[in-house]
Amino acid sequence: MQFMLLFSRQGKLRLQKWYVPLSDKEKKKITRELVQTVLARKPKMCSFLEWRDLKVVYKRYASLYFCCAIENQDNELITLEIIHRYVELLDKYFGSVCELDIIFNFEKAYFILDEFLLGGEAQDTSKKNVLKAIEQADLLQECCMTDTVSQSFSMV
Amino acid sequence: FPKGRSSSLMIRVIRGARTQGEERGVIQRECAAIRAQFRQADNGTRSHNLAKLLYVHMLGYPAHFGQMECVRLIASPRYNEKRVGYLGAMMLLDEKQDASLLITNSIKNDLSHSSQYVQSLALCTLGCMGSAEMCRDLAPEIDRLLRASNSYIKKKAALCAVHIVRKVPELGELFTPASRSLLSEKNHGVLHGAVVLITELCERNPETLEQFRKAVPELVQIMKGLVMSGYSPEHNVAGISDPFLQVRILRLLRILGRNNETASDAVNDLLAQVATNTDSSKTAGSAVLYETVLTVMDIKSESGLRVLAVNILGRFLLNNDRNIRYISMTSLQKIVQTDHNAVQRHRGTIVDCLKDQDASVKRRALELSLALVSAVNIRSLMKELLLFLSSCPPELRAHTTSGIFNAAERYAPSQRWHIDTILHVLTTAGGDVRDETVPNLIQLITTATELHCYTVHKLYRALIADISVQSLVQVACWCIGEYGDLLLRGECEETEPVQVAEDDVLDALETVLQSHMSSPATRGFALTATMKLSTRITHNVDRIRSIVSIYGSCIDVELQQRAVEYNALFKKYDHMRAAVLERMPVIDKSSPGHTNGESAGGSIKEMEPTKRTQEVFSYLDMKYRLDAPLDHVTRPGKTLGPNYRLFMTFVSHSHPPQSVQLQMKAPSGDVIPAHGLGQVTQTVLLNNPNKVSLKMRVRVCYTSQDFVCQDTVQIDSFPSPAW
Repeated sequence: MQFMLLFSRQGKLRLQKWYVPLSDKEKKKITRELVQTVLARKPKMCSFLEWRDLKVVYKRYASLYFCCAIENQDNELITLEIIHRYVELLDKYFGSVCELDIIFNFEKAYFILDEFLLGGEAQDTSKKNVLKAIEQADLLQECCMTDTVSQSFSMV
Repeated sequence: FPKGRSSSLMIRVIRGARTQGEERGVIQRECAAIRAQFRQADNGTRSHNLAKLLYVHMLGYPAHFGQMECVRLIASPRYNEKRVGYLGAMMLLDEKQDASLLITNSIKNDLSHSSQYVQSLALCTLGCMGSAEMCRDLAPEIDRLLRASNSYIKKKAALCAVHIVRKVPELGELFTPASRSLLSEKNHGVLHGAVVLITELCERNPETLEQFRKAVPELVQIMKGLVMSGYSPEHNVAGISDPFLQVRILRLLRILGRNNETASDAVNDLLAQVATNTDSSKTAGSAVLYETVLTVMDIKSESGLRVLAVNILGRFLLNNDRNIRYISMTSLQKIVQTDHNAVQRHRGTIVDCLKDQDASVKRRALELSLALVSAVNIRSLMKELLLFLSSCPPELRAHTTSGIFNAAERYAPSQRWHIDTILHVLTTAGGDVRDETVPNLIQLITTATELHCYTVHKLYRALIADISVQSLVQVACWCIGEYGDLLLRGECEETEPVQVAEDDVLDALETVLQSHMSSPATRGFALTATMKLSTRITHNVDRIRSIVSIYGSCIDVELQQRAVEYNALFKKYDHMRAAVLERMPVIDKSSPGHTNGESAGGSIKEMEPTKRTQEVFSYLDMKYRLDAPLDHVTRPGKTLGPNYRLFMTFVSHSHPPQSVQLQMKAPSGDVIPAHGLGQVTQTVLLNNPNKVSLKMRVRVCYTSQDFVCQDTVQIDSFPSPAW
């Protein structure tokens, strides 16, 4: 995966994760063009499109578009499953997630994504494991915020 | 609030802004506050402030001043600060920033941190934005983690290694040994990471690929375990056990089996098993089947397995899910040449997809349908294609018409069918056809000698119905001019007889001439056709005379020139008019210079001497299309194209020679460079058996720098030994 974008129906960006090195300017340009292209698609069209030299996979969940750019050898159908898995993780974490959750807790959305994907690839294919890890990390964060001594946890 | 707003509050305030300007104002104030906070000593608010800054950055505002703060936070001993620091690094620092180097040391330390969650942050960040330099620096650490750590870390280290190998391919060798042993792990996350890493290593290094072929049996075992295992709640997705891992293993097996008999053999059974045991009702199963098909087609599979794979794609075409139909067609497109017969079996379903709502599905269906045309199915398939043409999206029309023409040309079961098909296309989409269509169709019509009557009737009917489609009108005019006598005769074998009066025909042509919809080229066709009719009709020649005379003062220079010449044909050269305007001979498509539908300066077959009088006016309506690249663009020169015509007129000052024959060969080139630096030769063969003395007028029309020019030369005498 080269990048993932989450945006609203009005084209407002809610999350952007880039796995390839690009300048801010390039990122903005790509974002603008791709968002426009995806928003112009009609509801009955398929989730895949060819854009520049990439394959783009997108799916709309409620008011948010989840959009990934993958390489030519990547499997579009499994990418749909990746997107779905991420949505499930968000849903479980926030309890019936909605766009506002992602707006006001965007760091959490990133933390969850970073626990699920690394370098654009899935780290763990078990939903349970990912959620558990995030839970533990959150606990660690809580402890650190309440006292200033860093604690060491070692989990096997 | 002295330490600044919390991020939720700030976000709320920003969202409350009613205009872009107001938002900018809020952002400026917030950023100023954040900057001030950054400058202060550690007051426990740094992570909040950076988080706020990251939100602002996501809205599109500059946030460079936060970069150093990321570096500081990453170095903090507190987990919550590290967490936001690393997030900031991934968002604000890319490998091109200098600041990214400053975090290398922190990452190095954190990779050995006692908390695996801190290690995780470092691994994630390195794997996301690590530069080549950082990767070189830290690769040994990653290798160490690959070998000796818990599953939680190992799986992340594997993917981090993938990133490193992409940045610094030579480092692949470092990771190869460790990745091999990872295949014996039970943890799915680790296995998945290992397979991804091994795939990356094999793709980049043929020796490594060779090594890992030995791992094929092991991979097959793992895969079998996944496919045949019972329900595993942890990894189950819609009835499929860990589809993510299955897909990656299949992809690795594809790479290992490619061009290798042994590896392919070892995998054949497994692929058949996966293909038959995977439920494709949901996306997860279809994803696995899709990857299986890709693998089958790419390695050396048994033919039975290939047919199985194509059938899977065929089943996909019937799936309710549009995405799966699209994927199927993309795959079928890749194999339609190599596995043509297998794909043919699904032609019906493919053709049905022409009616899909999605434009990309339609496009794929079109490509596939065109690839599947054969002599056997041409009639039925063409019906579907023509139906498609009548309602296809505008961006596909040109491609469709050209595909239809190619198919018709290759497989037309009869000339009549061929002509009918082309006419159908012109009627439906005449505005979207290539320019060569008109001369090609004319050429086709001339060769179908038994169908001249049928064709001219059909075209006449089309013309009186609609004169807006230029290509159709041009062909119709040409036919009417050429075969007008057949049209007027009324009877026709292939079609219902209809009474057409001379005036009707002339009305039709005049309508074209006068219509604002007609392009200049079309009007040229109409005028020439009108002129030709002067020898094919009997009563209304005067009407033609007056039309021609009127256009002698037409503002369009091309039309004016023609009219003047035709006038001359009526007056001074009236005695030759019949001969000049008589039926054109069949144009030889295989003449030199004629390739792929482009008519060039072809040769005219030898004319029968009895039908020619001394003055042969070789006037060809066809455009000579000489599509050559203008490599003389920098120097002005005479370029012969796209309108090049050579006119030859014999002028005899005594008795007309009965037996002079003329043959024009293709020109030697299509560009004459300027300043006399080159030349183009066109050979004209004159057969003058009776050795009559001849004068000849030669006119060359060409384009020079977008201007249409002409040169005329009169040859008053030929050297006596010539005959």
